[in-house]
Amino acid sequence: MLRYAPALTIALLIGPVLFGLAATLAPAFGWLPSLGGMELTFDHFHAFLAYPGVPLPLALSLATGLAATALGLLITFAFVAGWAGTPTFARMQHAISPLLAIPHAAAALGLAFLVAPSGFLMRLISPWLTGLERPPDWLIVGDPWGLTMIAGLVVKEVPFLLLVTLAALPQTQAVSGRRIATSFGYGRIAAFAFVTWPRIYGQIRLAVFAVLAYATSVVDVAVILGPSIPPTLAVRLTQWMADPDIALRFTASAGAVVQLAITGLAILLWIGGEKLASLLSVALRDHGLRMRRDGLARNTALTAMMATAATVFGGLTVLAIWSVAGLWQFPDTFPETLTTRTWARALPSMGDSLATTVTVAIASTALATLLTLGCLERETRTGRTGGNRALWLLYLPLIVPQVSFVFGLQLFFISARFDATWAALVLTHLVFVLPYVFLSLSDPWRAQDPRYGALAAGLGAKPSRVFWRIRLPMMTKPALTAAAVGFAVSVGQYLPTLLVGAGRYETVTTRAVALASGGDRRVLGAYAFAQMVLPFLAFLVATLVPALLHRNRRAMVATA
Amino acid sequence: MSALSLHGVSIRLGERLLLEVDASATADEPLTVMGPSGSGKSSLLAWLGGFLDSAFTANGEARLGDLIVTDLPASQRRLGLLFQDPLLFPHMSVAQNLLFALPPGATAKERRAKVEEALARVELEGLGDRDPATLSGGQQARVALTRVLLSGPRALLLDEPFSKLDTGLREATRKLVFQTARDEGLPTILVTHDEEDARAAGGKVLHL
Repeated sequence: MLRYAPALTIALLIGPVLFGLAATLAPAFGWLPSLGGMELTFDHFHAFLAYPGVPLPLALSLATGLAATALGLLITFAFVAGWAGTPTFARMQHAISPLLAIPHAAAALGLAFLVAPSGFLMRLISPWLTGLERPPDWLIVGDPWGLTMIAGLVVKEVPFLLLVTLAALPQTQAVSGRRIATSFGYGRIAAFAFVTWPRIYGQIRLAVFAVLAYATSVVDVAVILGPSIPPTLAVRLTQWMADPDIALRFTASAGAVVQLAITGLAILLWIGGEKLASLLSVALRDHGLRMRRDGLARNTALTAMMATAATVFGGLTVLAIWSVAGLWQFPDTFPETLTTRTWARALPSMGDSLATTVTVAIASTALATLLTLGCLERETRTGRTGGNRALWLLYLPLIVPQVSFVFGLQLFFISARFDATWAALVLTHLVFVLPYVFLSLSDPWRAQDPRYGALAAGLGAKPSRVFWRIRLPMMTKPALTAAAVGFAVSVGQYLPTLLVGAGRYETVTTRAVALASGGDRRVLGAYAFAQMVLPFLAFLVATLVPALLHRNRRAMVATA
Repeated sequence: MSALSLHGVSIRLGERLLLEVDASATADEPLTVMGPSGSGKSSLLAWLGGFLDSAFTANGEARLGDLIVTDLPASQRRLGLLFQDPLLFPHMSVAQNLLFALPPGATAKERRAKVEEALARVELEGLGDRDPATLSGGQQARVALTRVLLSGPRALLLDEPFSKLDTGLREATRKLVFQTARDEGLPTILVTHDEEDARAAGGKVLHL
């Protein structure tokens, strides 16, 4: 069994991406026999490009994606550079890491509730400062430049980038590097930028590509915060894919191929930017730039990081308040009355989507955790790791835009009469859950002291007994944490659920995004609240179970 | 009593030859392998135990009487390992650690009695239910030794097992380990860079 774990994992990870891409490419060039497409043609690309207002969405996707990624990376870099090793850093790290578990859609909805003309921030300063008694007629959420959308992406990507940076930090001797550079008169930021960052960036590069690919092709955040006339490319494609007019599927496929090209172009531009930044950094370094007084830059970075956390937490709080708000008129800061009516009204209809959310998340996470454990145990026994190639494979589903292959995957499922089933939904979620589970568990697993296993074998334990009795129990906490990450990823999936669930299966996330365009803030608040409570519960379990199991084992609590 | 003998053993890291050994160890005459770090002395024990990293290549064989132990899978070699850390399994109690080592068979009650008896022999009676992390360094070392003995080893492989102990404790633990190996008739191979260890072991010394 164990022998097949790596091959099975790769098949379940790469198979859907390749099949999905193939099934997207074929209709784009006219081939979709089930809908009467039997000849190869470029017509659908012409049709796509001729569609009114298409060039702008292309530029919008490219620009917002690049801007959000650059800004998110800049904040992360400046914060780690300016504050690593300080008590402030440790405190912020604790405050930021829970943000990772919150679905993109929930964070975006929170932001919308904060910054909308009738949102919480405007209420805070009205009417005493603004003199407004009625919400102004401004287009803040959904502005044509995509600025609010960029902000929404940044506040969610910064925690992710921070986490991968922190994971890379221990291997870079950052502390000794900083001390040496400081003794030469370098400021904190310059010391970090010149000595430590190049090594860190090499390790987090794939994660940055994943962020960039996500930001150029995101759907849920763009639906909630992005411009609507015209929307970004990925949103437009999603509308076509769900359109009753079957002919639009061909155009959508052509568009999905263009989306792939846009994301590819964004990565190429980014690589160009990397080269430029590296040249500039080396030139400044050779020139002897010290940046001894970098207090302003450090404080700006800290402020940006705190603003990120405050935005998400504040937004979620406002969402939660809306779900229990009675009368709450503009410009009242808080609702006049609180009520459970919204929940009483929403819960019955929420039941189905809650059940789907939880069962799909548990099933895909359990599969992902089993496969990951199988691969890692196999690796421990053979002493062979997949190396860099395996890392690329893991990141592949995160770097290929979802619209470009999940649409094809859905067409493939339809032709296999497997569409709109619970199992198809689980398999699709697995593609996105597996990389995160593997990435979270592999580091602690590989850091396990191999002598424990050797010793157990010396005591006569067979390999399977060493796994079940020694290695796995010692990894309880990291394994459950990885599973909680996987659970959160599954809960947050929007597009794969929308397309593969095909309306038959809805999760709290697809419901929340669907409600976002409607007017009922209270029900929307309830769904968004459910969206953030579920991952929170998963992390609670991942914390409590090991603490209970190992309540009398000091070394397990200390190391875990 | 049979000896643990190494025949034409050589270990390489890539192209580089780390060591070549032809020697044997008995209970009365342990074999001490000395050398600086990086000389490959630990990889010799890793190879004997059956968990040599795949970056290394090894040739030759190790025998116990007629049995070629290096042909067996690691879990059937029954070569008891002691490292410089006691490495008690942190998720198990002291007694569970010992029960893990005890070969299967006998009732739960008998097994538990054996464990208690073994603990009493090293003056740790009544500590079975303790969390290993709450024991002192000396107590942990004794539990580790007891655990190895309970597994019914054919021989002992010691990888600098005293180097992390305080001076006073080191003396006492050394004496206990070598005396026990002699009493139980266990051929012993010790890897160390401490001359004192070699002297306490008696027997042959091999310098790498």
